[in-house]
Amino acid sequence: MSILGTRVVRSEDPRLLTRGGVYTDDLRIPELDGAARITFVRSPIAHARITGIDTEAALASPGVVAVLAAADMDDLPPGGGRPATEPLLATDRVRYVGEAVAIVVTEQGYQGEDAAELVSVDYEPLPAVVDFDDALAGGTLLFDGTDSNVVRSGGDPAPADAFSGCEVVVEHTFPNQRVAPIPLEVRASAARWADGRLTLWTSTQNAQQARDAVAEAVGLDAASVRVIAPDVGGGFGAKIATERDTIVVAWAAKHLGRPVRWVETRNENLLGMVHGRAQRHAIRIGGTRDGRILAYHLDIIQDCGAYPRSGPFLPALTKLMAGGVYDLPYCGAAFRSVLTSTTPVGAYRGAGRPEATAAIERAVDLFAAEIGMDPAEVRRRNVVPPTAFPYTTPSGAVYDTGDYAAALDAVLAGAGYAGLRAEQARRRELSSQGLSREEGGGPVQLGIGLACYVEITAADYDGGETSRVVVDASGAATVYTGSSPHGQGHQTAFAMLVTDQLGIPMDKITVIHGDTDQVPKGVGTYGSRSLQLGGTAVQQAAIQVKDQARELAAAMIEASEADLELDTTRGIWQVRGDPDTALSWAAVAAEAGPGGLSAEADFRPASPTFPFGAHLAVVEVDTETGKATLIRHVTVDDAGKVLNPVLAEGQRHGGIAQGAAQALLEEVRYDAEGNPLTSTLADYAAITATELPSFELLAMETPTTVNALGAKGIGEAGTIGATPAVHNAVIDAVAHLGVRHIDMPATPQRVWAAINEAKGGQMGPAQMRPAQLRTAQMGRPG
Amino acid sequence: MVNGAEVAADVEDRMLLVHFLRETAGLTATNIGCDTTSCGACTVLLDGESVKSCTVLAAQADGCQVTTVEGLAGAGGELHPMQRAFRAEHGLQCGFCTPGMVMAAVSLLQENPHPTEPEVRAGLEGNLCRCTGYHNIVRAVLAAAQEPTP
Amino acid sequence: MIPAPFTYRRSGSVAEALDLVSEHGDEAKFLAGGHSLLPLMKLRLAMPSVLIDLGPVRELSYIRDEGAHIAIGALTRHHDLEHSGVLARSLPLLAHAAGQVGDPQVRHRGTIGGSLAHSDPASDLPATVLALDATLVARGPSGSREIAATGFFEGLFETVLEPDELLTEIRVPVPAADAAGWSFQKFTKRAIDWAIVGVAVQGTAVALVNMAGTPVRALGVERALAAGATPAEAAGHAAEGTTPGDDINASPAYREHLARVLVERALVEAQSTQA
Repeated sequence: MSILGTRVVRSEDPRLLTRGGVYTDDLRIPELDGAARITFVRSPIAHARITGIDTEAALASPGVVAVLAAADMDDLPPGGGRPATEPLLATDRVRYVGEAVAIVVTEQGYQGEDAAELVSVDYEPLPAVVDFDDALAGGTLLFDGTDSNVVRSGGDPAPADAFSGCEVVVEHTFPNQRVAPIPLEVRASAARWADGRLTLWTSTQNAQQARDAVAEAVGLDAASVRVIAPDVGGGFGAKIATERDTIVVAWAAKHLGRPVRWVETRNENLLGMVHGRAQRHAIRIGGTRDGRILAYHLDIIQDCGAYPRSGPFLPALTKLMAGGVYDLPYCGAAFRSVLTSTTPVGAYRGAGRPEATAAIERAVDLFAAEIGMDPAEVRRRNVVPPTAFPYTTPSGAVYDTGDYAAALDAVLAGAGYAGLRAEQARRRELSSQGLSREEGGGPVQLGIGLACYVEITAADYDGGETSRVVVDASGAATVYTGSSPHGQGHQTAFAMLVTDQLGIPMDKITVIHGDTDQVPKGVGTYGSRSLQLGGTAVQQAAIQVKDQARELAAAMIEASEADLELDTTRGIWQVRGDPDTALSWAAVAAEAGPGGLSAEADFRPASPTFPFGAHLAVVEVDTETGKATLIRHVTVDDAGKVLNPVLAEGQRHGGIAQGAAQALLEEVRYDAEGNPLTSTLADYAAITATELPSFELLAMETPTTVNALGAKGIGEAGTIGATPAVHNAVIDAVAHLGVRHIDMPATPQRVWAAINEAKGGQMGPAQMRPAQLRTAQMGRPG
Repeated sequence: MVNGAEVAADVEDRMLLVHFLRETAGLTATNIGCDTTSCGACTVLLDGESVKSCTVLAAQADGCQVTTVEGLAGAGGELHPMQRAFRAEHGLQCGFCTPGMVMAAVSLLQENPHPTEPEVRAGLEGNLCRCTGYHNIVRAVLAAAQEPTP
Repeated sequence: MIPAPFTYRRSGSVAEALDLVSEHGDEAKFLAGGHSLLPLMKLRLAMPSVLIDLGPVRELSYIRDEGAHIAIGALTRHHDLEHSGVLARSLPLLAHAAGQVGDPQVRHRGTIGGSLAHSDPASDLPATVLALDATLVARGPSGSREIAATGFFEGLFETVLEPDELLTEIRVPVPAADAAGWSFQKFTKRAIDWAIVGVAVQGTAVALVNMAGTPVRALGVERALAAGATPAEAAGHAAEGTTPGDDINASPAYREHLARVLVERALVEAQSTQA
């Protein structure tokens, strides 16, 4: 029986549980002996000209080796390999609170913090641009020589007649708010320049891309740079790009001729690591009174923060996936990506696709409320039928395989939907009778929220992934992969693929990743690509090794290849039915020569894949205080054939938690001057165990035909489905009070304000109306 | 005493216990995840009770017993029941929050040997995890609670 | 992330602590559990040049039933208050409130004296001792004095304690039989957060968390109760005389609303525990 598809606990864990992982700041290696510590000096002001930097007091501080700013970076190639718009250290202008202006290099870490406080930077304040509409209006431009803060746009407005056949049209505008990724390990890097080579240890999701980025920025050829990703404590997309702070560390090692190391504080992380989401959605949805959706348009404003990194491109994915699981006669989207005086925005678990799902799932619920139909029924009437695959959307996405109605039906059954609706009705009835809590009434209502989703994984499929498999003369196997796990369990997953093909036991298989000297070619781990691309490459390489071995073994036994078999339960080559001819992997690999058996596969599929699912969230809302509590969460997340259910479930759990967090709690806030209001973990409401229930995961596997594993990507699916399900549930809980919408995060105050507003009480900051848009954007409470 | 062995050093008055463990005692499993006593990644046992070592001065711990995750396994390398349970239940992914989470969980079970699920979740309110969604961490703690205390 | 440099001094007794603080004057701060002070120092919002560690002062860690009142040493940890059999019997409000502070790790270190001296109106114990009409005992170079809780808190991070005074004991009167009902309502977004608004009730004494620059008694509520109002009626007065803050979690109007809701729930619950 194949190990594939079985529950296998991780081989990574014994080390992590006993000695702990070795993350970048844990490195205690000879190469970093005597490394100096780098502390960044960061801008406390959102937008200003720099008129002077006085380093005299800092230089006199104990333990200071150097204080360096942009003016000292004269040994970079012209243009520094960076977009001209974003310097490594600020030159004449800062554009967000937290932007790096200088570095202090000290013998010890504590000294760095003391000295950094003594660097005196003169700032001449400029107006900050935080509000979306202010940024779009362009009264203050973030970059001289431009005529707009809009850096990218796409799509078209809906044609004039797109909604003309609709009996019902609903419009609304709401945020998909800015959130912080918060991997538990903050950014950290260490670097050493020796013998004409730069070695960089950094907490990254892709060592090879980091090597190329650093080489170009610092003016070296790629062969002169080695990047090593030690253990990485989470990434979620925020550690994909090799950012300026890391490049400064690399440069400093070369510039000073001394090893250096850096680890940021969490406060710096909340200011300096890319933020996620930060879109504003204007939806328009229309259809017939009997529940058929005929037209949907999504207009997106993407907040990119102060510098255009990957932020501007994210809404292109939102636009691609705007129509979700629905078969829509008209579906269109348009976007504008705009700069603001805030932390730059980048990819965060889902990267553009959670936004698409959140928008349309909210729109579908608004449409359902308008026509008075059950939101499950509306969905059922509009999903793409299972016979329609491959299905090409109006936006040009080609969904490979899926059964959206089956996913919806499974969560409805799994959650006991009819019973939940009955309980909801019972509580509403008791409450309307004015019964007290003791009498069975009381303020706590039940809300049920749905989300159906489809998402695109391995969107960068034509970059492929590379893996090499080597079997050596000891009979052990080593996998070298361009994938770069930071919690995903690839050591276990890829070893399973090798043991399945070769019969070499799991404990004799090592997986090497994240070191560009050992793995020069690779793309990395993000976008839910690693199993389907990296894993397929591992399997292909293993098969090639098997073919090589068969040829060699046949020669060694003097039999024909057709008569040979590989007994994968024992890892033995033999003539079928003749155990006396048995050859071990060790023997065959030894016969192959000093390099053993080795094969490399570079897997490039013809297309991305489209996992899908449905989430159902059950919340209780205290209608007196507005507090919502998630009490159940039931999901189908179909990502094709599951290699290891343990790992797949873990990915779903983590995604659900982050998705629920966005719906209920988390939000990065700025005031009107661009000062961050949530820059510590005391203020930023990262979700904890007490706010979550255990999750109910249902199994469904609809394989893809795009790769031999039948696998799609699972890493981001949980996040994509959870946010709208939980969000819809909170609104559903108070819908009987007249509430149609509450902006995310549905904090207690927002829920209370919505209830008040529906009662005709004072307008609360529950949601964005055009007149209130500016108020909410300026970070006033709510 | 750290994990049963004496560690003696002269350190700055302001040195935090977590830095003492990581830099002076050479025990890097205990991690730092925040600067506001929020995340719990730095949790160790101080005289048998869970504390956030980022908010304890090394000087305050002078003369005390500190236990980190590196000190949990038995002398022959046998895993502590909590370590076994975390592995069996897939209660870790990237592993960064894990040392602190495990120590918080060990302390939790010492004080409440048979917690309910809500009590486990409340007992871990001071420990953030971004990877697991807590689901399997809770299962691990409940599983460890089934085992006889070492 | 790390405090500015300071000198660490250790004291083994109250007498030694007082000697040290008079030696260093107002450059010195006492360090109890450190879970209010050290976080501020790590953010460099507080930068005392001397810290006097009270950790070894065992003589101030006790919970004693002294008949008409319970005497609690100022260095008694939240954890010990939470699990005290004496408090469970006689002052369940205090035991419960102590169990709400922070998280388990914080409760293993934080002390009642440290929390009260820190005087954060968003903390749980200041309002609790206010509702309990506690007396705080402080000792300084010129001797001891007793301070009523109602006169102890002056503002955010400010109390009537002199820089050279040390809180030694909190004396809490055991509630009369007809005032045994209690409730503690702590409203947060996440369990680990400080209260957005909180309410501590003991009998008909009602104190509010985070509705002003100090913990405050809800005098309007108490007057209404004395005049025979029901919990719902009395709770309508909850926000009178308060100055609730405006922050990322709540507007003043929302806080006032929460105060009314939570006071009503607390009074109802207190009635049921009274029985």
